[in-house]
Parts: sequence; structure tokens; C-alpha cells
Amino acid sequence: MSFLAVDGLTKRYGGIAAVDQLSLTVEKGEFVSLLGPSGCGKTTTLQMIAGFVEPSTGTITLDGMNLLATKPAKRGLGIVFQSYALFPHMNATENVAFGLAMQGVPRTERNRRVAEALALVGLAEFAGRFPRSMSGGQQQRVALARALVIRPRMLLLDEPLSNLDAKLREEMQVELRQIQRSVGITTLLVTHDQAEAMALSDRIVIMNKGRAEQIARPDCAYEQPASPFVASFLGKTNLLAGRIAAETLSIGDRDWPAPRGIAMGAVTVTLRPEKIGFADTGLAGTVRTRLFLGSQWLFQVDTSAGLILVVRQNGGDAMPQEGAAVALAWRAEDMRVARDGSAA
Amino acid sequence: MSAATDTGRSGILSTPYLLSAPALLLYAVLLLVPLVATALLSLHSFGIYKGIENVYNLANYRDIFGDSYFYEIFGRTFRIAFLVTVLSALIGAPEAYILNRMRAPWRGIFLLVALGPLLISVISRTLGWALLLGSNGLVNQGLTAAGLISEPLQFMYSETGIVIALTHVLIPLMVISVWASLQRLDPQIENAAISLGAGPLTVLRRIVLPQAMPGILSGGIIVFALSASAFATPAIIGGRRLKVAATLAYDEFLNTLDWPLGAAIAVLLLVANILIIVGCNRLLEKRYAEVFR
Repeated sequence: MSFLAVDGLTKRYGGIAAVDQLSLTVEKGEFVSLLGPSGCGKTTTLQMIAGFVEPSTGTITLDGMNLLATKPAKRGLGIVFQSYALFPHMNATENVAFGLAMQGVPRTERNRRVAEALALVGLAEFAGRFPRSMSGGQQQRVALARALVIRPRMLLLDEPLSNLDAKLREEMQVELRQIQRSVGITTLLVTHDQAEAMALSDRIVIMNKGRAEQIARPDCAYEQPASPFVASFLGKTNLLAGRIAAETLSIGDRDWPAPRGIAMGAVTVTLRPEKIGFADTGLAGTVRTRLFLGSQWLFQVDTSAGLILVVRQNGGDAMPQEGAAVALAWRAEDMRVARDGSAA
Repeated sequence: MSAATDTGRSGILSTPYLLSAPALLLYAVLLLVPLVATALLSLHSFGIYKGIENVYNLANYRDIFGDSYFYEIFGRTFRIAFLVTVLSALIGAPEAYILNRMRAPWRGIFLLVALGPLLISVISRTLGWALLLGSNGLVNQGLTAAGLISEPLQFMYSETGIVIALTHVLIPLMVISVWASLQRLDPQIENAAISLGAGPLTVLRRIVLPQAMPGILSGGIIVFALSASAFATPAIIGGRRLKVAATLAYDEFLNTLDWPLGAAIAVLLLVANILIIVGCNRLLEKRYAEVFR
């Protein structure tokens, strides 16, 4: 039995299903992300687990206990909100101590645990500060300490880093992962940032229109996306129009051996831009734009199969200029082929 | 800044005063002049045969401070104002909180209902209360019919009646004020408290109330100041006998024609009002320092 098990969870607003028959499991100590565009139902899912939104149907069990029959205040979950939701009239210490006071923890132990929690997030010197006089990153840490100090059975993070600037966000990602590992707490993260989800999670649930499109390890989901939606949402990707006739797969004016098990007709080929190389022979094209990104080069190449995105590592080699004629080549196994019109 | 640049910038330095001159002028003509005139008037003396005499002394104030009659009236004025303020806070703050939690169509409708009394003149509202609270009024008839009382309660010409009517008149101002402070509240903060194990009452007392405090306090100041200086409601419900400071000043001006004494009462009412409000504000601001920042 999984630690957290969500089964057939559905939330309808009027006739529209915000979350539609969602089932997922989280193992003890695991870090799982709900990833998807805004409006995909990921935050609604988190709020149903937290108890702030009542599901239409479905069950949620945590550690063998029926969570839906438990009041939100008794669920024992640590939650970090997107807006941090710190108590503005309390300083950092009082904010963190609030949950312990609710549990009736004696004052001396409370003080010790609050100090520990603030030290864990690196805010020992800011104990007396009020939220108003703290930066976004510091407020974020207080919110994390406040959620962790009650020793929750599970940590729910609702877009916790989306209000931070890019550099701080990366630092906090590393720190969040370290803290989660050291505490060993089961964590569910809601985010729309695919890089964040991939960097932090053991597994990702990619959601679209209230449904889980794929539940997999980040590298698996990236390399073997279950659908064109997953492929285009996780990282950059090329979606090429192709056609299977007899034994060959044609993309533009080039042919590959057709993959097995796919009927003849129009297909969509997903191909990661970093899997494409410049070669002597291959799909002919012209470099339309060339961007230098430091560690990488980014090309847009005009071909008979349309505009193709190519990413090359910056290894110090000379790269084609804009306007240069190039030939693009890739391995047949890097392509993922799906019949047009089919779901996957 | 050196003297040289000082003279060079004298034109710039006077600009702010020039720009705010129209407002300052309005302020001076409409507020400062009448106030100073009233204060000067209160220093004159009055005789039945001589009328107002152009002398300056503190005789009026000496009379007021030496007469228990005035103590009684000022005591009553501020007792009423205090009770009205407390009642408005006790009723208005929960009212605003409930309004704030209502859903879309109902919220607007009930907000209008709550603020509706502001659209009706104080006189009509108070006359309405006079009808309700009279010996044969609806309230007494209802209580008698329910068997709760055998004789009609005396609401008219009593402090209770004034407090009830004034609370009704002024409560919308408390609701608006608390409403405004609740609007700024992040709804996730309540969820955060719940997730940390707080029950509904704890959330209200330890999370919502402290954040609504600035609104309750500013509403309280408005309600207190307006009920301490209220004229129409005490005049109608309190009648000729049960006087408060405002009706007393009115009577001195228009019945006794002792303008200087009336002016002295008005000045004392103003000063006492300011002292009480500023004092309470200081106390509460210190207590809830963080929320006010």
C-alpha cells in the first residue's frame, strides 16, 4: 500500500471537470511533482488533499487513513502556499511556533524546535523579524520552517518558488531538495515550471485538462513522452509531420525505415532538438536564426519538413552561420512516432 | 545646504506652499476661522440684561467645571458614545466578516442592505426608532405579547433608547471600515492556520481579528466621534430632559441665548473628544503595532 493513494479523484465545477478521474500514488519519502499548465487542475488536486476543496468523487488515503473523513485541521499536513500566507502580525518565531502551540507542545520544547526549524532553513538570525521586513526568499523559508516544524506526515508545496526571481529560485530548488532529503519527508509539489519539476522530483505527474497524461521518473518522461503534449511541455521539442507508406517513414524529402506496429498514414514525429546533429548527408535545410546561449547554440533550420529546432552543445567547435546550407541527421531510435488523431 | 544655494532656490522652496495654497485656504476659511471664533466666543461673558460682553476671561469654564450638572451631561455623552462604539464593534465587525465570506451575488446584495441606512436621513431613521421604541411601540407590544414583560419598558427619553438608535445609525460606518481591512486579507492565511491545526474559533481570534484590528479601530474612532457629537438622535429620542453635550450647547445658544457658555461647552466637547480618541488610538496602536505598519 502506498503512503499516499489518490484514486478516481474528480472535482466538477458546474458541468466542467477541473480534475477528472485522477489516480496517483506517492511512496514514503518520495518527492512527487504535479506539473501542468495553468488550469490543468494541479492546484485543485492539492487543495483536495489539503482539505480546502471538497472532491466530487474519489478517495484519498494517507498512511492507510481515509483523508476525506478527516477535518483539514487534523490531517497533519505541512503546507507551503504560493503567497507564503505568513501571519503578518507575528514575527518569524511566532509564525513557526503557531502550529506547535496548536498541538499543545510545552513552551520549552516549542522554543527548541522553533529554533531548530529556523536554523534548518538558515534563518536563525531573523527569528524576531516580521514578514513585512523580510525578502521574498526569507518569507519563503519561514513558510517552509512553519510547515516542517509540526513534523507533518506529508509536505504539500503549492508553487512555492514562483514568486522568486530566477537566480534565487535555482538556489532555493537546491536547498529545498537538500532539506527534503535530510528530513526524509514525503513531498508533493505543484508547479507549472517543467525545469523545477524535473530538477526536484523523483517522479512527475504531468497533468492536462484535469487528467494525468503521464506519471514517470523525470528522465523517463523526458526521453519517452507518452504523448505529444508531454513532449512539448517537458523541455523543447520538434513536432514533425510525417507519413508512413509500406516500409518507409517519410519526413520531408528523407526516408527512414518505418517503426513496427504503426499503421500507414499521416503521423506526428517527436524529436528532441539536442538529438539532431549537423552531418554531411541528411535532411537538407538552411539556418534561419542562430542564438548563442553560453553553454549551448540554438538553431532554427528551414527544411522541407518545416522549421526544425536544433540545439548543439558549445564544445568550442565552429558552428554554421545564419543562411548556411546544412544537412540534419539523427538516429532512428530518437524519434517517437504517433498516429495522427490517436490520443498517445 | 549653503546660503548661496538657499537664496537661489527660494523660489523652488515656496512652490509646495503655493501649490497647496487653495487647499490651505479652504481649510482655513471653513475650519480654522469658525473654530477660532468659537474658542474666542467662549471667553466672552454673558448677562441677562447686558447680553454678550466683549471681555476675555475663563468665567464660563469655571462655571462648567464648578457645576455637577455639566459633569452629569458630559458623563452621559461619553458613556453613550462608549457604549455605541463597543456595540458597533461587537455587531459590525462580525457582520463585515460574514459579508466578506459570502458568495458573489449575495455579497453585493447584503452589503447594500447593510449600508442602506446611510442612504436614509438621520431624522427619518430616528423617528422610525421613536415609533418602534415608544410605550405602545412595536418592541414593547412584541415583548408584552411574548409574555416577557408585564409593563412597557421605558426606551424613549432614556439612555438605552439613545444607544440603540445611535448604534443603528452609525453601524454602517463600522462595517465599511472593517470590510476595507478584511479586503486586504489573504484568504490563504486562514487556510495556513487551519493546516497547522487551528480550529475555527482560534483562526478567528488569533489570525483574523488581529488583522481586522486596524479597521475596527478606525471604525471605532469614527463611531465614537460621531456619537459623542451627535445631535439629532439624542434630541429626538432623549427629548428635552435627557441632554447630551451637543443638545446642551444647542439649548444654550438658542434657548438661553448664552452664546459664550454654549461655545465653551462646544470647545470642551471637541477637546475631550480629541483627547479620548488620540489616547485610545495610541494605546491600541502600541498593542497591535505590527498590523499597522
